[in-house]
Amino acid sequence: MHDLTLILMSKLNYWIYILLMMIGLYAMIVKNNLVKKIIGMNILQTAVILFFISIGAKNKATIPIIEHAHGPGNHAVSAAHYINPLPHVLMLTAIVVAVATLGVALALIIKLHQQYRTLEEDEILAQLKNE
Amino acid sequence: MMWLIQLIILIIVVVTALAAITVKDLLGAAILFGAYSFMMCLLWAIMGAVDVAFTEASVGAGISTVLFVAAVFRTSRRTKD
Repeated sequence: MHDLTLILMSKLNYWIYILLMMIGLYAMIVKNNLVKKIIGMNILQTAVILFFISIGAKNKATIPIIEHAHGPGNHAVSAAHYINPLPHVLMLTAIVVAVATLGVALALIIKLHQQYRTLEEDEILAQLKNE
Repeated sequence: MMWLIQLIILIIVVVTALAAITVKDLLGAAILFGAYSFMMCLLWAIMGAVDVAFTEASVGAGISTVLFVAAVFRTSRRTKD
Protein backbone atom coordinates (compact mmCIF):
# COMPACT_ATOMS: atom_id res chain seq x y z
CA MET A 1 0.00 0.00 0.00
CA HIS A 2 2.84 2.37 0.83
CA ASP A 3 4.58 1.52 -2.43
CA LEU A 4 1.39 2.27 -4.37
CA THR A 5 1.01 5.73 -2.81
CA LEU A 6 4.70 6.39 -3.52
CA ILE A 7 4.23 5.50 -7.19
CA LEU A 8 1.06 7.59 -7.44
CA MET A 9 2.49 10.64 -5.69
CA SER A 10 5.96 10.78 -7.27
CA LYS A 11 4.59 10.98 -10.84
CA LEU A 12 1.35 12.80 -10.01
CA ASN A 13 1.63 15.27 -12.90
CA TYR A 14 1.64 12.46 -15.44
CA TRP A 15 -1.43 10.77 -13.94
CA ILE A 16 -3.31 14.08 -14.01
CA TYR A 17 -2.14 14.54 -17.61
CA ILE A 18 -3.67 11.19 -18.61
CA LEU A 19 -6.90 12.04 -16.74
CA LEU A 20 -7.25 15.48 -18.36
CA MET A 21 -6.51 14.10 -21.83
CA MET A 22 -9.22 11.45 -21.42
CA ILE A 23 -11.69 14.10 -20.15
CA GLY A 24 -11.04 16.16 -23.27
CA LEU A 25 -11.33 13.16 -25.60
CA TYR A 26 -14.61 12.13 -23.89
CA ALA A 27 -16.05 15.62 -24.38
CA MET A 28 -15.02 15.67 -28.05
CA ILE A 29 -16.65 12.30 -28.80
CA VAL A 30 -19.72 12.07 -26.54
CA LYS A 31 -21.01 15.64 -26.11
CA ASN A 32 -23.74 16.74 -28.50
CA ASN A 33 -23.24 20.50 -28.35
CA LEU A 34 -20.57 22.00 -30.61
CA VAL A 35 -19.27 24.52 -28.03
CA LYS A 36 -18.80 21.65 -25.57
CA LYS A 37 -16.77 19.81 -28.20
CA ILE A 38 -14.50 22.85 -28.62
CA ILE A 39 -14.01 23.11 -24.84
CA GLY A 40 -13.00 19.44 -24.86
CA MET A 41 -10.50 20.09 -27.66
CA ASN A 42 -8.94 22.94 -25.64
CA ILE A 43 -8.70 20.78 -22.51
CA LEU A 44 -6.88 18.11 -24.55
CA GLN A 45 -4.40 20.68 -25.91
CA THR A 46 -3.71 22.06 -22.43
CA ALA A 47 -3.14 18.52 -21.12
CA VAL A 48 -0.43 17.94 -23.75
CA ILE A 49 1.23 21.22 -22.73
CA LEU A 50 1.14 20.07 -19.08
CA PHE A 51 2.93 16.86 -20.10
CA PHE A 52 5.72 18.72 -21.88
CA ILE A 53 6.25 21.20 -19.02
CA SER A 54 6.41 18.27 -16.58
CA ILE A 55 9.23 16.74 -18.65
CA GLY A 56 11.38 19.86 -18.21
CA ALA A 57 10.76 20.38 -14.46
CA LYS A 58 13.47 19.48 -11.93
CA ASN A 59 13.63 19.39 -8.15
CA LYS A 60 15.74 22.07 -6.43
CA ALA A 61 16.38 23.92 -9.72
CA THR A 62 15.78 27.56 -10.60
CA ILE A 63 14.47 29.29 -13.72
CA PRO A 64 16.87 29.09 -16.71
CA ILE A 65 18.64 32.47 -16.46
CA ILE A 66 22.42 32.29 -15.85
CA GLU A 67 23.57 34.53 -12.98
CA HIS A 68 26.57 36.86 -13.53
CA ALA A 69 26.83 35.85 -17.18
CA HIS A 70 28.39 39.20 -18.19
CA GLY A 71 30.93 39.41 -15.36
CA PRO A 72 34.66 38.83 -15.69
CA GLY A 73 36.06 35.32 -15.94
CA ASN A 74 34.54 32.10 -17.17
CA HIS A 75 31.87 30.26 -15.23
CA ALA A 76 31.13 26.58 -15.54
CA VAL A 77 27.36 26.07 -15.70
CA SER A 78 25.92 23.02 -13.99
CA ALA A 79 22.81 21.90 -15.90
CA ALA A 80 21.29 20.29 -12.81
CA HIS A 81 20.75 23.73 -11.24
CA TYR A 82 18.55 25.04 -14.06
CA ILE A 83 15.19 23.89 -15.42
CA ASN A 84 15.32 22.65 -19.01
CA PRO A 85 14.02 25.57 -21.17
CA LEU A 86 13.54 23.64 -24.43
CA PRO A 87 9.99 22.30 -23.68
CA HIS A 88 8.94 25.79 -22.57
CA VAL A 89 9.87 27.29 -25.94
CA LEU A 90 8.09 24.52 -27.84
CA MET A 91 4.94 24.95 -25.75
CA LEU A 92 4.81 28.73 -26.29
CA THR A 93 4.18 27.93 -29.96
CA ALA A 94 1.55 25.35 -28.99
CA ILE A 95 -0.42 27.90 -26.93
CA VAL A 96 -0.58 30.33 -29.88
CA VAL A 97 -1.68 27.53 -32.23
CA ALA A 98 -4.41 26.56 -29.71
CA VAL A 99 -5.83 30.09 -29.73
CA ALA A 100 -5.74 30.20 -33.56
CA THR A 101 -7.67 26.92 -33.86
CA LEU A 102 -10.15 28.15 -31.24
CA GLY A 103 -10.84 31.32 -33.24
CA VAL A 104 -11.38 29.44 -36.50
CA ALA A 105 -13.67 26.88 -34.79
CA LEU A 106 -15.81 29.57 -33.13
CA ALA A 107 -16.15 31.46 -36.45
CA LEU A 108 -17.34 28.23 -38.13
CA ILE A 109 -19.85 27.70 -35.28
CA ILE A 110 -21.27 31.22 -35.77
CA LYS A 111 -21.75 30.55 -39.50
CA LEU A 112 -23.41 27.19 -38.73
CA HIS A 113 -25.79 28.86 -36.27
CA GLN A 114 -26.73 31.50 -38.87
CA GLN A 115 -27.68 28.77 -41.34
CA TYR A 116 -29.30 26.08 -39.14
CA ARG A 117 -30.42 28.14 -36.05
CA THR A 118 -29.09 25.48 -33.65
CA LEU A 119 -25.82 24.26 -32.14
CA GLU A 120 -26.79 20.64 -31.44
CA GLU A 121 -25.10 18.12 -33.68
CA ASP A 122 -28.06 15.73 -34.07
CA GLU A 123 -30.46 18.56 -35.05
CA ILE A 124 -28.02 19.80 -37.71
CA LEU A 125 -27.68 16.23 -39.07
CA ALA A 126 -31.50 15.84 -39.14
CA GLN A 127 -31.87 19.11 -41.09
CA LEU A 128 -29.18 17.94 -43.51
CA LYS A 129 -31.03 14.66 -44.04
CA ASN A 130 -34.33 16.47 -44.77
CA GLU A 131 -32.82 18.67 -47.49
CA MET B 1 5.20 22.92 1.13
CA MET B 2 5.34 23.44 -2.63
CA TRP B 3 4.06 19.93 -3.38
CA LEU B 4 0.97 20.64 -1.22
CA ILE B 5 0.09 23.74 -3.27
CA GLN B 6 0.72 21.73 -6.44
CA LEU B 7 -1.57 18.92 -5.22
CA ILE B 8 -4.40 21.35 -4.39
CA ILE B 9 -4.09 23.10 -7.75
CA LEU B 10 -4.07 19.76 -9.63
CA ILE B 11 -7.31 18.77 -7.87
CA ILE B 12 -8.92 22.14 -8.72
CA VAL B 13 -7.82 21.72 -12.36
CA VAL B 14 -9.56 18.34 -12.66
CA VAL B 15 -12.71 19.60 -10.91
CA THR B 16 -13.02 22.69 -13.14
CA ALA B 17 -12.40 20.61 -16.28
CA LEU B 18 -15.18 18.20 -15.31
CA ALA B 19 -17.51 21.08 -14.39
CA ALA B 20 -16.85 22.92 -17.66
CA ILE B 21 -18.00 19.96 -19.77
CA THR B 22 -21.00 19.00 -17.59
CA VAL B 23 -22.68 22.35 -16.81
CA LYS B 24 -25.93 22.99 -18.73
CA ASP B 25 -25.30 26.71 -19.39
CA LEU B 26 -22.82 27.62 -22.14
CA LEU B 27 -21.87 30.98 -20.56
CA GLY B 28 -21.11 29.17 -17.30
CA ALA B 29 -19.04 26.64 -19.24
CA ALA B 30 -17.01 29.47 -20.80
CA ILE B 31 -16.31 31.07 -17.41
CA LEU B 32 -15.38 27.70 -15.89
CA PHE B 33 -13.00 27.13 -18.79
CA GLY B 34 -11.38 30.48 -17.98
CA ALA B 35 -10.94 29.35 -14.36
CA TYR B 36 -9.39 26.10 -15.62
CA SER B 37 -6.90 28.00 -17.80
CA PHE B 38 -5.92 30.28 -14.93
CA MET B 39 -5.34 27.33 -12.56
CA MET B 40 -3.17 25.71 -15.25
CA CYS B 41 -1.19 28.98 -15.46
CA LEU B 42 -0.60 28.93 -11.68
CA LEU B 43 0.60 25.33 -11.97
CA TRP B 44 3.18 26.24 -14.61
CA ALA B 45 4.39 29.22 -12.57
CA ILE B 46 5.01 26.81 -9.66
CA MET B 47 6.89 24.39 -11.94
CA GLY B 48 9.27 27.16 -13.05
CA ALA B 49 7.93 27.79 -16.56
CA VAL B 50 7.24 31.50 -16.07
CA ASP B 51 7.24 32.41 -19.78
CA VAL B 52 4.62 29.76 -20.54
CA ALA B 53 2.68 30.88 -17.45
CA PHE B 54 2.25 34.49 -18.47
CA THR B 55 1.52 33.58 -22.10
CA GLU B 56 -1.23 31.26 -20.86
CA ALA B 57 -2.57 33.90 -18.45
CA SER B 58 -2.90 36.52 -21.20
CA VAL B 59 -3.74 34.37 -24.22
CA GLY B 60 -5.37 31.26 -22.73
CA ALA B 61 -7.31 32.69 -19.82
CA GLY B 62 -7.87 36.16 -21.34
CA ILE B 63 -8.45 36.01 -25.07
CA SER B 64 -9.97 32.49 -25.13
CA THR B 65 -12.61 33.42 -22.54
CA VAL B 66 -13.47 36.63 -24.41
CA LEU B 67 -13.82 34.68 -27.69
CA PHE B 68 -16.05 32.07 -26.01
CA VAL B 69 -18.30 34.69 -24.40
CA ALA B 70 -18.60 36.61 -27.69
CA ALA B 71 -19.50 33.42 -29.60
CA VAL B 72 -22.07 32.38 -26.97
CA PHE B 73 -23.75 35.80 -27.09
CA ARG B 74 -23.92 35.65 -30.90
CA THR B 75 -25.45 32.15 -30.90
CA SER B 76 -27.61 30.34 -28.33
CA ARG B 77 -26.90 29.95 -24.63
CA ARG B 78 -28.83 26.78 -23.82
CA THR B 79 -27.63 23.26 -24.38
CA LYS B 80 -29.12 19.82 -23.87
CA ASP B 81 -26.06 18.15 -22.34
